[in-house]
Order: sequence, then C-alpha cells, then structure tokens
Amino acid sequence: MRNRSVAVTKGMAIVAACVWLGATTIAGQAPGYRAPRGKDGHPNLNGIWQAVNEANWDLEGHGAAPGPFWQLGAEFSIPPGLGVVEGGPIPYKPEALQKKKANFANRMNLDPEIKCYLPGVPRAMYMPYPFQIVASTEYIMMAFEYAGTVRTVYMKKQQAPADSWMGWSNGRWEGETLVIDTTDFNDLSWLDRAGNYHSEALHVVERITATGPDHLNYEATIEDPNVFTRPWKISMPLYRRMEKNAQVLEYKCVEFAEDVLYGALRKVPLK
Amino acid sequence: MKHRVLISLGMTALAVATTVVLLAPVPVAAQAQKPAAAAPAAQSAPAAKPAAKKAWTVARTPDGAPDLQGYWTNNSYTPLERPDGVTKEFYTLPELRAVEKKNAEREQEETTPGTVADVHYDFTQFGLDRGQTRLTDNLRTSVITNPENGKLPPVTEEGKKRAADRAAARRKQGATYDQVQNIVLGSRCVYMNAAPPMMPPGYNPAYQIVQSPGYVTILTEMLHETRVIPTDGRPHAPSNIRSWLGDSKGHWEGDTLVVETTNFNDKVAFRGASENVKVTERFTRLSDDAIRYEFTVDDPSTWERAWTGEMPFVKINGPIFEHACNEGNYGIANTLAGVRKEEKRAAEEAAKKAGAK
Repeated sequence: MRNRSVAVTKGMAIVAACVWLGATTIAGQAPGYRAPRGKDGHPNLNGIWQAVNEANWDLEGHGAAPGPFWQLGAEFSIPPGLGVVEGGPIPYKPEALQKKKANFANRMNLDPEIKCYLPGVPRAMYMPYPFQIVASTEYIMMAFEYAGTVRTVYMKKQQAPADSWMGWSNGRWEGETLVIDTTDFNDLSWLDRAGNYHSEALHVVERITATGPDHLNYEATIEDPNVFTRPWKISMPLYRRMEKNAQVLEYKCVEFAEDVLYGALRKVPLK
Repeated sequence: MKHRVLISLGMTALAVATTVVLLAPVPVAAQAQKPAAAAPAAQSAPAAKPAAKKAWTVARTPDGAPDLQGYWTNNSYTPLERPDGVTKEFYTLPELRAVEKKNAEREQEETTPGTVADVHYDFTQFGLDRGQTRLTDNLRTSVITNPENGKLPPVTEEGKKRAADRAAARRKQGATYDQVQNIVLGSRCVYMNAAPPMMPPGYNPAYQIVQSPGYVTILTEMLHETRVIPTDGRPHAPSNIRSWLGDSKGHWEGDTLVVETTNFNDKVAFRGASENVKVTERFTRLSDDAIRYEFTVDDPSTWERAWTGEMPFVKINGPIFEHACNEGNYGIANTLAGVRKEEKRAAEEAAKKAGAK
C-alpha cells in the first residue's frame, strides 16, 4: 500500500512536471523572460530564424503520405506533422472547404510555391528555410531565403499603396511582443502545400515574442470572412540558426520554375 | 523599329527596351556634345561632391554607425563608358540638362498614341520613363572614372576566349524565342542589376537602406532583391557557394562602408566578367541628400587591370513597393505563344504551297 501510494505520488509529480514544462513550452511565454534590448529600448529580435515543423506541408495535423511522383520515392513524400492550428480544424465555410480540397487535388498546377511565386503571409514565416530579421527603429525587415522574399514592417503606420502578395505590414510593440498587422493582400497565395488558401479579405495579426535567447514564439491570427466562419490561430516556435557561420543564402528559384511555367511553349518540347 | 517590337512583348520586355536605349548612348551623347559650345570654360564640380557643405556631419544610428538609411535612387542617363567623341570628364549643368532632355524625349517616343504598342502599354506610366522621376544630376560623362578615358580596360585573351565561348554556347541553344531560357534575364525576372556594381536597372531604380547593429541591408525594388551585408569583417562563404548577387561582406573604414563581393555565378557575367570577379564598393554619405557610391571591379582573367566607377545615390520618397515580377510575367508566355503560332502558320502555308505544286 505504502509503496503504491509512493508510486502514485511520484507518478503524479511526474505528470505535474510534464504539465508544468508543457505549459512553459507550449504557451511560449516563458514567464519573466526579458529579451535583450536594442539601443532604442525595444526587444532585440535580430537574427536568423527558422520554423522546424511540417506546417508548410499542411497547417493541420496529418499522417505521412506519398508524394506526387513515384520516381522521387521517399524524397518529397509528405512527412507527418502534428499541425500548428490551435483548437481544431481550420473553420472553413462549406463551399470554401470544397475549394481547398480541389486546390490540393490540383496542386501540381495551382500551388504558387511550385511556380516560385511569393509565399504570402503567414506562409513565408514557416517555409522550411531560414529568414533574417533586421530591425531599425522605423522599419523591421525580414529577408527570406525562399525566392528572395522580403517583408518590410512599418513601425510608423503607413497605408498600403495597393494589394500585393506579401500584403502590407504595420507593426507595434506591446511590451515584449512585436505585433504585426497585415492587410491589403491579393487572393493568389496559399497557406501551405495542402491547398489551404484565403481571399483578398485576408487579415493577419502576428505576435512574435522572444521566449529565450534562441527561441521566438510565433502566433498568427487569420481572419477572412470570405473563406472562414471565424478567425483562427496558428502558433509555433521559431528557432535561431545557431551555426557560427549562419547566413541567409540566395535561393532564387525563378529559373527552376521556368519550364513549369513556359515549358509547354518551347519550340522543341521537353521529353 | 526594334524598340516597337520589344514593347509589344509586354511589361517585362519593356525593361529590355529601356536597356537597349541605355546601351546605345553614342548618338545621344554625340548630340549632347553640341551644346558644349555654350559651356563655360571653368569645369563645374560633380554634383556628387558638394564640397561647400562644411558644417555637415554624418548622422549616426543608435549603435553609432554612420547612418546610410533611407530611400535612394541612382537614376541617371550616365553611361558606364564614356561615349565616343566625348573627351572631358564632366559636363556642365546646361550640357547635362541637354543630355537628360534628349534621353527623356527618346524614351517618351517609345509609345505613339493610337498604336498597338500604346494600347498594350503606355510607356510613360508607372515610372518606366526615367525622365519623370528624380535624376541624380551626375555631371560625369561616364560612370567609369579609372581608366581616365572613361572606357573599360583592354580585355585579356582569356576574356576574349570566354566571351566567344559564351556566345557559342548561347547560339547552340537556338533562337531567342525557341525557349524561355534564351530570353534575356531581365525579361525573365531572373536578374536586374541588383548585384554590385549596382548599375541602375532599365527603369525604376529605387532602393531602401535599413541598418541594424552589425548589418547594412540594401533592398532593391526591382525583383525585391535584398542584400543583407554583415559589417563585422567576417570571411566570405566558401567559394563553391555561387550566386547571382554574390557574397557580400562589409566593414567600416572611418565613415565609409566598404563591401567586398565575391562568389558570383558564371551567369551574371557583368560586361563579360568571369565568376571570379571581385567587386569592392564604397558607400560614403555626403549629405542628408546624397551617398557617394564608388566601386572597383577586379578580374585579372577578363581585364588587363582593375577598373573603377563612381555615381551618386540621391534621396527619393518611399515607400518601396513589392515588385512581383515573375508572378505577373505575362510577357514571356504571350511572346512564346505568339512565336509558336507564327511558326505553325508559316508551316501550314508552306504545306499548302507544297500541296499546290
């Protein structure tokens, strides 16, 4: 009896510890962590960061699946992922869910990533490549490896001149957190390779908070009344690239996509 | 006539049309020489060196680096090489104005109201016409300052052979519109001059510089190219990692940002350069309104000696907007489709003729 109760107590302690650890990691808000400050007094988020998850394959949880070309075998098969959507499936309107499914079915023709198009927001943030944050007082630049994508976050609010792939990002500090409000999107980018999509009414609010010297917590609330029944949220850690010589390299992919885009118009067809 | 054809190809092809104009500075400059008769004997100082502003000191970023930040342009009609027949280093301001006027008129002529090209695209819109946006007022008659004649140094035997080999390899790929890979890089949204030396692209030369501790970032609007340049003097990436923009590493020499770039790929081939070319740039803030941009191109396998150029960057109003070039590149698809259709029609006509015999 005694042994048992000890075991139970120990077990409970372990469970409690797990819950406690889980709370810190999952919430990403390590209580009390205060990021180093830049000379302007704001948290210093500069560095080279990268998501380490399967969100670019599918924001939602998914099992492993074969890729589109049998010749590639295990390479470019779809790796499993727990998903980054909080609180259940993405709340599509019924007709929008049909479009999402059609997108996936026809992804070889439709996924903008295949064509080396700009990834949009939030997709740029969790493509499986590094990006660098370079912050001045007035502007926070994000330079992404994929397709040479770049985002400028305006810390002094400015209005968008027109719609665009990456939208227009205005930022502000809320204590430890960089809050970025992005609007004025076109309706052409996708959210992942699974066909999750949005309309030009997309409104993304991102919250980026350092949870330690080498980790950021990234959250994005996605709102689009044309496509979703309610706003929904994704969250994930972003990890600092720790290599001593880490740098964002050039990954210009237009050349690699040219025969996808124009191969059918060659004088001599591709074999 | 050549320009008209290019314009009909669509928006991205316009970059080429503009480049063609740029690359043909000889007649323009020759005309610009004419008003030289009215030029005063005293040579005016280049606009990029306002020596008069003595009290001015460079602002600093919060961490103490010279502040190069802002929106900039190097928009000008100044050719890389001094035009034949021009012997002096600087124009007078009236001469420069005459050159600018001629070039602006020439660019505006690209669209004739009521023509097919005009319906397709109005050249004077969207900043494609350089004469409508701020020019740097560079009085230099060439970007090249050394050699002193404003011309590229003689090309080495190796450089000549490489140029011939490249041309032969290109011819093997067939005619320009046989496949997308044969079309010029700018039209394909692959590369538009963002690599050093940062010569103005055919149109819309707009840049933003943003600094954070240890980095200077240069965003080029065309093709949304970003150079994130570390300024801590760290070494280059390994030499087997090649790229279009090369590997840029910087450091400060006094208040001048010095950036050395290597690791180019073989396809940039700026003026016939090899992939082993090294470009050294020097950015010096001269006033609130101007940065002096100097560069040295060192490639002993191509030129008998290193050569140097200089041009100003001047302030413009922001913001920089997303240049989604590949995403909107209807020009390539339409052009290739048009050429295939022409070929089909020609083949059908030939077959008809053969049948009639």
